[in-house]
Amino acid sequence: MAYVPLADQDKEMEMHHPHSWVEQYVFSQDHKVIAIQYGSIAVFTGLVGLTLSLLFRMQLGFPESVDFVDPNFYYQAVTQHGMIMVVYFLTALFLGGFGNYMIPLMCGARDMVFPFMNMLSVWTFLISVIILMASFFVGGGPTGAGWTLYPPQTAMAGTPGHDMGIILMLVSLAVFIIATTMGGLNYAVTVLQYRCRGLTMMRLPLTVWGIFVATILALFAFPALLVAAIMMLFDTLLGTSFFMPAVIESGAPLDHNGGSPLLFQHLFWFFGHPEVYIVALPAFGLVSDVLSTHARKNIFGYRMMVWAIVAIGGLSFIVWAHHMYVSGMHPYFGFFFATTTLIIAVPTAMKVYNWVLTLWEGDIRLNAPMYFAIGFIFTFIHGGLTGLFLGNVVIDLPLSDTYFVIAHFHMVMGVSPILVLFAAIYHWFPLMSGKMFHEGMAKLHFWLTFLGAYAIYLPMHYLGFLGVPRRYYVLGETDFIPMSAQDLNAAITIAAIFVAAAQILFFVNIIWSLKNGKKAEKNPWGSASLEWQAPDLPPKHGNWGEDLPTVYRWAYDYSVPGAHEDFIPQNTPESVEPTAQEDHFDPDKDQSKADI
Amino acid sequence: MSVFKHLAVKPWERKGVIGGLKPEGAFDSPAERVALNFFLVIASVVFSLFTVSYFIRMELPDWQPLSEPAQLWFNTALLILSSVFFQWAHNLSNSEQPRNLMTAFVGGGVFAILFIAGQLMTWESLQAGGYYLTSNPANAFYYLMTGVHAAHLLGGLWVWSKCSIRMLSGAEAKDVRLSIELCTLYWHFLLVVWLVLFAVLANT
Repeated sequence: MAYVPLADQDKEMEMHHPHSWVEQYVFSQDHKVIAIQYGSIAVFTGLVGLTLSLLFRMQLGFPESVDFVDPNFYYQAVTQHGMIMVVYFLTALFLGGFGNYMIPLMCGARDMVFPFMNMLSVWTFLISVIILMASFFVGGGPTGAGWTLYPPQTAMAGTPGHDMGIILMLVSLAVFIIATTMGGLNYAVTVLQYRCRGLTMMRLPLTVWGIFVATILALFAFPALLVAAIMMLFDTLLGTSFFMPAVIESGAPLDHNGGSPLLFQHLFWFFGHPEVYIVALPAFGLVSDVLSTHARKNIFGYRMMVWAIVAIGGLSFIVWAHHMYVSGMHPYFGFFFATTTLIIAVPTAMKVYNWVLTLWEGDIRLNAPMYFAIGFIFTFIHGGLTGLFLGNVVIDLPLSDTYFVIAHFHMVMGVSPILVLFAAIYHWFPLMSGKMFHEGMAKLHFWLTFLGAYAIYLPMHYLGFLGVPRRYYVLGETDFIPMSAQDLNAAITIAAIFVAAAQILFFVNIIWSLKNGKKAEKNPWGSASLEWQAPDLPPKHGNWGEDLPTVYRWAYDYSVPGAHEDFIPQNTPESVEPTAQEDHFDPDKDQSKADI
Repeated sequence: MSVFKHLAVKPWERKGVIGGLKPEGAFDSPAERVALNFFLVIASVVFSLFTVSYFIRMELPDWQPLSEPAQLWFNTALLILSSVFFQWAHNLSNSEQPRNLMTAFVGGGVFAILFIAGQLMTWESLQAGGYYLTSNPANAFYYLMTGVHAAHLLGGLWVWSKCSIRMLSGAEAKDVRLSIELCTLYWHFLLVVWLVLFAVLANT
């Protein structure tokens, strides 16, 4: 079949027009509705994860202050918090939520390539969440083996949820992977094949680049988790010994023999490390666009930003064993992985320099999304620097399994992506809802979250240096941990409760603004990228009205000398650009659209 | 080379519509074919990881090699026939007035079903011979890898059945040409995967 350019398919393109309320809002095939559904399910799941963290923080800060937090519940809460936040919250929200909303709009397409499969994806994701949540209600409760699900611990009678809990966890992950694969095929093919006329790959906003490369990582990394989950299900349900070694439990040998727990670790981390970048790359992309728009300046080093995203994506597949330095691997093996790990810091650092240089001499508008974006630069630098410590074998060995590790990965893939999520939600809220949010409430939300996050995670680095181990129900008395460490733990818990409470501001702001917010004018930030140029706000089904847009330039024409305004939308032809005699934008006299 | 050239352009210097009607960098190919190619890579990753796990697990002392049933050679012949029929259907679908298209396409699927039935028979003969799933990791890998391969074939058969129904209800060759082409590609891929798996499983 010959390829028909999309621009020529315009009139014939089959749109699935909804016929009823159910088809419009429930079983919708519109990428925007699916994005909101994906996002809502992910946020709900994230709130469960947040609640669990508060419960185990109570135990750590004020031991045995909550009745039902016994050792079993503590391990279950820690495990589920980890898995929920990494997979069901961040991955789903970035790819399923923002990927779905942004890709067709930023590519000038009417929808995803396969809208029906897109709808299947979100419903399959919901099923995976339901299976996961069901594990809280079965006998024995959810698995408490730690989010890494290392065998043989997962299957031992001493581990909570070793019977039904772990089975539901693995089945839920397998279903999630099916959902992600269906979604991911859509995102990748849409970016490749459904861009509008004139939109070359190198004209795409970095948001699309970040989500595109993260999608490819997800498509190729999640199979490793699937393979591991299937083999572990066989071990648990059918009694095979892929991973399960010979174990003596309560004096009696189990039925397993000779399996390799290390094999599981390799498979898990072959997925697990790219997973970090599945979360980070979309965040990198989104924050680049927010920074550029509110700095009224083109992103610094666009090409280098794209190359860095691609390079990080490639490198992320050859660093996985840096999570396994203490597994007893060959020293040369550790040397190899330490080297690749430190190499990945190069493109990552380039990105950080470019964000800072984008701000340099920019015409910065300190709107609420910009607060979060700049906050991200801080937290990401701090999280990244501690990564240099942990990437080195000799420094990692004493710090492994301490609170230093917890602090590192929460700064780098907890706090940082979440600050970007808030930046992105506030930035694109007018596009998604047609309303403006409450600026003051958003800024207060930022300060409480940003400072609160530091109050939680900075002291944790110190606890890690003291040697406080992670995953302990109570510290007890030791020779090397002073009693004051417990006071620090209590302080961290109080800060965590404050930060969690501060998120109420976010939800109040969203709900209040949806009802009472000021009506947003079209393109309220004066953004150059395509999604804001749609004829309706929020964009209607089909996005572009009669005709698809045509793109004439890249997505970062901000403060171009001689232009009418301090931005030129991507779909503005060259012929519209002013000649020397006409009025042009003067940053000292004229008001930018981004001033709100 | 062109990928590097694309990545090296300076987008801030180039204005205007680049690439004419077609967005520059898009594959000259329908979206379905691009998606299937992506899926083939994903499936390759899955099978590669199973294979790597197989070789790592094989090194451990409790491994007892499994002598694969001779019937696998017969099953392999069935799968090759299945692929040949699909290729025949694909070739026919390019002609204006295809004859025997239905025979070729349906025949391909039928041979695939026979292959799966044959695989199930090898499972039964292994069970009868006392080679249970849990008695040795070599057995477990045999059941697991043949099972995952058969599951991929079943997925293909679902698409095949949908396309067959369309053909039975009178769809013209040009309407199903892409479906037939993609089925053929998928079947060839699964044949190659099977040949590799067979070699791997036999290598104990």
